[in-house]
Amino acid sequence: MSLLSLKGVTCRFGGITALNNLTLDLPAGAITGVIGPNGAGKTTLFNCITGAYRPSEGEISLRGESLLGLPPHRIARRGIARTFQNIRLFPSMTVWEHLMVVQRGGGLRAALAPLSLSGDTPRRRAEQALERFGLAPFRDRLATTLPYGVMRRVELARALTAEPALLLLDEPVAGMNHEEAAGVASLLQGLVAEGLTLLLIEHDMGFVEHLCDRVHVLDFGTLIASGTPAEVRRIPAVIDAYLGVEA
Amino acid sequence: MISSYAAGLLAEIGIASIAALSVHLILAVGQLSLGNAAFMACGAYTASVLSVEHAVPIPLAIAAGAVVSGVLGLIVGFPALRLRGIYLAMATLGFGEMTRSFFLSLDATGGAAGYSGMQRVSLIGIWAWALPLLVLVLIAERSRLWLALNAVRDDETAARLLGLNTVALKLGAFTAAAALAGIAGGLFAHWHIFIEPGAFSLDRSTEMVLAVVLGGSTVALGPFFGAAALALAPEALRFIADWRLAAFGALLIVILLLRPQGIIDKRLLRALKP
Repeated sequence: MSLLSLKGVTCRFGGITALNNLTLDLPAGAITGVIGPNGAGKTTLFNCITGAYRPSEGEISLRGESLLGLPPHRIARRGIARTFQNIRLFPSMTVWEHLMVVQRGGGLRAALAPLSLSGDTPRRRAEQALERFGLAPFRDRLATTLPYGVMRRVELARALTAEPALLLLDEPVAGMNHEEAAGVASLLQGLVAEGLTLLLIEHDMGFVEHLCDRVHVLDFGTLIASGTPAEVRRIPAVIDAYLGVEA
Repeated sequence: MISSYAAGLLAEIGIASIAALSVHLILAVGQLSLGNAAFMACGAYTASVLSVEHAVPIPLAIAAGAVVSGVLGLIVGFPALRLRGIYLAMATLGFGEMTRSFFLSLDATGGAAGYSGMQRVSLIGIWAWALPLLVLVLIAERSRLWLALNAVRDDETAARLLGLNTVALKLGAFTAAAALAGIAGGLFAHWHIFIEPGAFSLDRSTEMVLAVVLGGSTVALGPFFGAAALALAPEALRFIADWRLAAFGALLIVILLLRPQGIIDKRLLRALKP
């Protein structure tokens, strides 16, 4: 069953077509990758799904319900969370505060309860995230002062505290070494095993092949190939557009 | 019994603290308002007319003034959503001056001659508002809701994409801030038992912002402390007579150079904790 589906999504900015008649389905509980050269429209795709941009044409729906025209915070509340290509953490907040800030539920009374109140659900959720992402040692540190790899983990943990059904990851291992990337990969696999669906943009082909069930290849806003990582690797158009011809 | 001089200072500190908290609340979403005196004026005039002409008990009249100011804040908040930084500061400054001229031309409340006839509120009456409000903001600061306000300040786009209703948060902050300023206005009117539009000029708005900047804008104790410092410093400097305002200005500059984050911040509070 598909969780998210896009039908004929086109996104134009002035004379530029950033996404051209894109149709794809995301199966629930799978890891789907989007690859393509710079400027292929990958981040535009994320921005259309999350409501940051409104597509010029086409339809985007989550579990059969249209997302078009909804403001970004409503789309997020339907169950779509994301991380950003350039890490976007809140400079004034500690790691712990990042894990509390986007949580919902419990109404205004819960929102106004002191953070230190024990036994309350958001707090438990944040504690779990702290454990799971190995952030406990950094709990009370300002998040933006931490090493790069840790900041990426904070971003991921923050997105998950909103309890999404679909998580969009924009280059989750950019700038990480192999060991850190492998750590993120196993974290992500664990999340998918628990029922999360992932859509990720990544340039690291090794990471994509290792992790993704399906890959979509974008070039100049057009979907040029879809399939398993092994399949798309052999398609000539993909090699031309992205992987490059081995000399 | 405390002297009327001390009582006057304490009353001023109480009123200025509430006013400073209103600026603090708007700063929590990263917005700067230079027009909060307008909300204060609105609360002052509403409460005064109610208590003088309709014999409404003072606390009720002040609460009504807060509601009217809050509604005004909500209305002003809508256009303010589209502005930020210096542009919002200019827009709120314009709104402040507009409100002052409105009361200047409004004959029903005496225009430039001012309005009087209020019963005087006691010093305890003032602090019966100021202290609970301070505690309320201090509690709110420890909540997820306050974190959400700060998220809007830190990175509005990210906050929105992560599911925070940034529009509601900004409007809510503006409305609550206006209501707080309205309470400060109602108390001001019933302490001085005379109000005139000139009391709610840009000077007043600037003073509120200054209290927050001086005291520190990261925790509510900052604005509170800043308001007290602003009221007390010129008094403490009386011994240098004519030079005291100049010395006061110099002192402000020195403090802000030494502590650009304001006198009180989270780190200081942590350090003071036993």
